[in-house]
Amino acid sequence: MLRLANPNRFMQWSGKLLPWCAIATVILLGVGTYMALFVAPPDYQQGESVRIMYIHVPSAMMSTFVYAVMAVSSAVALIWRHPVADIAARESAPLGAGFTLLCLVTGSLWGKPMWGAWWVWDARLTSELVLFFLYLGYIALVNAFDEPTRGARAGAILALVGVINLPIIKFSVDWWNTLHQPESIFRLGGPTIAPSMLWPLLIMVLGFAAFFVTLLLLRMRSALMAAKLRAIRLQQIEAA
Amino acid sequence: MTRKRKRLYIVLGGLALLGVATALVLSAFQDNLVFFYSPSDITAKNVPDGRSIRVGGLVEKNSVKRESDGVTLDFRISDGSQTVPVSYRGDVPDLFREGQGVVAEGKLNKGTFIASTVLAKHDENYMPPEVVDALKRSGHWQETGPKP
Repeated sequence: MLRLANPNRFMQWSGKLLPWCAIATVILLGVGTYMALFVAPPDYQQGESVRIMYIHVPSAMMSTFVYAVMAVSSAVALIWRHPVADIAARESAPLGAGFTLLCLVTGSLWGKPMWGAWWVWDARLTSELVLFFLYLGYIALVNAFDEPTRGARAGAILALVGVINLPIIKFSVDWWNTLHQPESIFRLGGPTIAPSMLWPLLIMVLGFAAFFVTLLLLRMRSALMAAKLRAIRLQQIEAA
Repeated sequence: MTRKRKRLYIVLGGLALLGVATALVLSAFQDNLVFFYSPSDITAKNVPDGRSIRVGGLVEKNSVKRESDGVTLDFRISDGSQTVPVSYRGDVPDLFREGQGVVAEGKLNKGTFIASTVLAKHDENYMPPEVVDALKRSGHWQETGPKP
């Protein structure tokens, strides 16, 4: 694991993996979107509006998953001082913020026709909004220091403190009564979504995950290359 | 090695402390974090007239009546044991119907809840209309609603 995370080795294997991730993203999102729009049936209660689910649910899942990736990378960076872990955390944050924003916007567009409100301050919606602010706070904090390593350390601590929000988001619909409905997929007693709707949804979730991995590898590779470029320039200046 | 160990324990210990602190805070604020009260809560807590609250439950069967002015809608919200009569002037969401979960915002006035907004709450079940028809035909259909 640690050997794979050596910067040079990371560049090697990520370069080989990247095109496959990109291909998987295109296929999964293409098939998923087609199935969500044309194959999946309308819902008995919500009619065609239920199709918002195929964007809303994957982006909601990714918003918390990316945060978990960021927090684990931050912990590895804090404890083992690994440079690639720092880069992984830093480069995940804007992607996670994007997924969270997508989740909030699609949820709002779905809430108006179904619930009758763009926004309500219930526990699920509020904790998801807090997650969005955590991402923004992390991005601001990491970039607030002249010395990148100090920014990374402060950001890592913030990312770890924010982990407490993940179980709150997940269980908010069980612990308190909310306007948002309870969990439909990962629940005791199995999913409460008809299989004809669950399959397109799972393909979309995998597509979103592949999209995230593709973008993260791309961003980490460019960050590593930029660091190398800076080092070479510094050497040239010193030599001159 | 020992320094890495030490940092690992600091991180784990910090997270554990944070978890305990958050759990304590959340359980202390348990009552304030609910989005709506059930009709039973309203009866049990003796909510005074004029305070802004939200009431949630199912729209009771055969309780929806439009008043003669054509705008005001009267219905009762039920949680299975208690009901609250609601009076509302305005548009209701598409999902509003008898047996559906709703959350109404407003104030109590002499036992009647004067709603300013009515929101629909749907459950976690998603299925195509044909499946529902089949379930209804075979007699396996159960109306479900939000948990009180």
